[in-house]
Amino acid sequence: MNPPIELRDVVKTFGHVRALDGLDLAVAEGEVHGFLGPNGSGKSTTMRVLLGLLRADSGTARLLGGDPWSEAAQLHRRVAYVPGDVSLWPNLTGGEVIDLLGRMRGGLDKTRRAELLERFELDPRKKGRTYSKGNRQKVALVAAFASDADLYLLDEPTSGLDPIMEVRFQECVREVKARGATVLLSSHILAEVEALCDRVSIIRAGAIVQSGTLDGLRHLTRTTVVAETTRPATELSGLRGVHTPTFTDDAGPHGEHHRVSFDVDTDALEGAVTVLRDAGIRALTAHPPTLEELFLRQYGDELSDADGDVVGQR
Amino acid sequence: MRGAAVGTHHLVRLILRRDRIRLPLWLVGITALIAGSAESIIAVYDTAEKQAGYAVTVESSGAGKMLNGLPYDVDTLAGIVAYEATSTATVLVALMAIFLVVRHTRAEEESGRAELLRATVTGRHAATAAAVVVASLASVLAGALDAAVFAAYGFDAVGSLAHGASLAAIGVFFTAVAAAAAQVTASTRAALGISGGVLGVAFVVRGVGALADSWVAYLSPLGWVQKVRPFGPIDWTWLAVLLLATVAVLAFTVYLTAHRDAGAGLIQPRPGSPRAPESLGTAVGLAWRLQRGSVLGWGVGLVVAAVVFGSVGREVISMVEDNPAIADYFAADGAGIIESYFAFAVLMIAVVAVAFPVSSVLRLRAEEEAGRAEAVLATALPRSRWILGSLTVTVLGSVAHLLAIGVAMGATHGLVSGDWSLFGPVLGASAQLIPAVLLIAAIAAALFGWLPRLAALAWAVVAFAVLQAYLGELLRFPDWLSDLSPFRHLAAMPVEELQVAPVVVLLALACLVSAAGVIGARRRDIG
Repeated sequence: MNPPIELRDVVKTFGHVRALDGLDLAVAEGEVHGFLGPNGSGKSTTMRVLLGLLRADSGTARLLGGDPWSEAAQLHRRVAYVPGDVSLWPNLTGGEVIDLLGRMRGGLDKTRRAELLERFELDPRKKGRTYSKGNRQKVALVAAFASDADLYLLDEPTSGLDPIMEVRFQECVREVKARGATVLLSSHILAEVEALCDRVSIIRAGAIVQSGTLDGLRHLTRTTVVAETTRPATELSGLRGVHTPTFTDDAGPHGEHHRVSFDVDTDALEGAVTVLRDAGIRALTAHPPTLEELFLRQYGDELSDADGDVVGQR
Repeated sequence: MRGAAVGTHHLVRLILRRDRIRLPLWLVGITALIAGSAESIIAVYDTAEKQAGYAVTVESSGAGKMLNGLPYDVDTLAGIVAYEATSTATVLVALMAIFLVVRHTRAEEESGRAELLRATVTGRHAATAAAVVVASLASVLAGALDAAVFAAYGFDAVGSLAHGASLAAIGVFFTAVAAAAAQVTASTRAALGISGGVLGVAFVVRGVGALADSWVAYLSPLGWVQKVRPFGPIDWTWLAVLLLATVAVLAFTVYLTAHRDAGAGLIQPRPGSPRAPESLGTAVGLAWRLQRGSVLGWGVGLVVAAVVFGSVGREVISMVEDNPAIADYFAADGAGIIESYFAFAVLMIAVVAVAFPVSSVLRLRAEEEAGRAEAVLATALPRSRWILGSLTVTVLGSVAHLLAIGVAMGATHGLVSGDWSLFGPVLGASAQLIPAVLLIAAIAAALFGWLPRLAALAWAVVAFAVLQAYLGELLRFPDWLSDLSPFRHLAAMPVEELQVAPVVVLLALACLVSAAGVIGARRRDIG
């Protein structure tokens, strides 16, 4: 069985700009795949190559087992797409646009349409020009989720949505996943990706720099520890695998406070905790890195080199 | 109040920067048109007898009054030039002002760009003030150029000044009208429609007033400027009246701006249908829905023009009897005057009718640029079907327009003169021009397919065809240059017999060129 999305060594240039620079991306069937990266890193270009709107200069692109460029129209019967910036016809109503796109895709489910309008609290009688950014986004979301697609290409689909609608959107993604559909979700809302995605790929400057399960990615990275000890835990400074320890000493009314915060590699965790225990632990918080931290680390200048060896692990 | 207009000078510079090509083109075009009319009229009415003959003809010409208004001082050369050139020039200056103001006020607001600017240190009235300042300056400049043209031909200096001032005043008045319209509605198209409608009503009211020689003409600002009579006893009062009206409209605009929200209009949009009609779901259905307004709008405009041209047919004979030089203008060499006139009239309207199919083809590019093509092409609609669906509306709309032109012109002439023998030939003449119209549309499609960023160049082809048809003889275009216009290769029906070969060749070319466009668009990146 072919994976629904398979991009191998895809290059796309616009003049002198290499928007995609040897991009590899594979999304398995039934998977919700997070697609992360900063602005301008090539997320939307990837989506457009997958939709056959742009033609890759080199490399292979497969969508649902077919060629996204030459078989675009046939493949699109099974694909639903939500762009990050929805542009509507100023004189068509939201309801008309939903019907139009649905019919062009090959039909849409009327009861689901009605149910989704309710769920996203969207008034389908307003003209395109009068919708706010969030409401234009909802029009595209209703059109996409009212279809019976096998693959959902969602390009920052929730930009402009309020937190309540964000939750409704997550429900919709879980429902299509339960049905067995595949989702490629590009986003820079990390909480959304953490909540929904089985696997994540991080794109930077047109190439995938990290790809794997969320747990797998976390495994490669560090735990953040904040501790309060009775004696200064200065030995931490010399310990291998402990990064950027920061010490603060307070002379409070209840005696001296010695606080330390640091990041630690997973295999050095035990040694670090031993040092803390010997210093007398009064309080301790430790948490796995959030996706924000993964993300920052990926793009933080001081750590970018260290992460280079992660490329290609899947 | 000063605070509300703060930042105006920055916006003025922004408008000048954005329109640094557009605005000079308008001014050069308008000036060239005035100079061109003056040149041709001076050549045709070179003796006092001919000028007197013109005066007699015009006094009894209903269509002339309808189009050009009240004939004052038309027994002098300056008066004739003013009478012939003023109508078109004022309409063009008014359109320039309307487009400019709406483009920099309501269109900016609708696109959301104005919000970005309003969030800086710019006052509530700054955007409107800047657009009004630039449009007024452009109008004054157009007036100054107009005065310079008249003075250059040796007409009375004060009269030339009065004529230029009238032109400028009309521009400033419609600047104010457009500024007010931009406050009333939240849609750019509606703002253009309202201002254009005011211009249209002013035009018709003046025409009817002139026709009936009644007080009705005093209701129209276009009538007021004729009362100034630059080449007779000059009456500046009417200019003052026009300026007072302008100030009143501007004051109204300020009031409206102060009483509405940014981005909103005074007229609230009505809710539409929650479901799409059955017809909306195919490429043709979508294209028709998006373009039906412009198909009908263009149709009405072209039919009105055809009716006006058709109604004059009978009078052409008497005009030529008074001054045979007129016949030269529509190149009647020995053939029947009336047939020559209709061959000329049909061509004049058909070259303008090309604007619809070109704008219709370029909508594809507009859809692409707006990102809406992406939404449609992400569905199961193949790219070629999307393009062909839109082109279907283009072709059917254009064919309908040309047939309507022929029917309207032929029928009007039949009704006015009682002579229906020309109905068939005029309709045939109009229908015969369809291949040339479609070829120019096909060039637009080819540009869209292969050079999307330069697709707007299709307008240059339209502009050339219009220029060639209207002024090609006058400007003494060499044959090879004139022959670049596809219209030149078709028979001048009903003077000449129908020639099948060029019709077939142009149709085949149109098919080939548009097919090339579709192929190009299938091969390239979208968006």
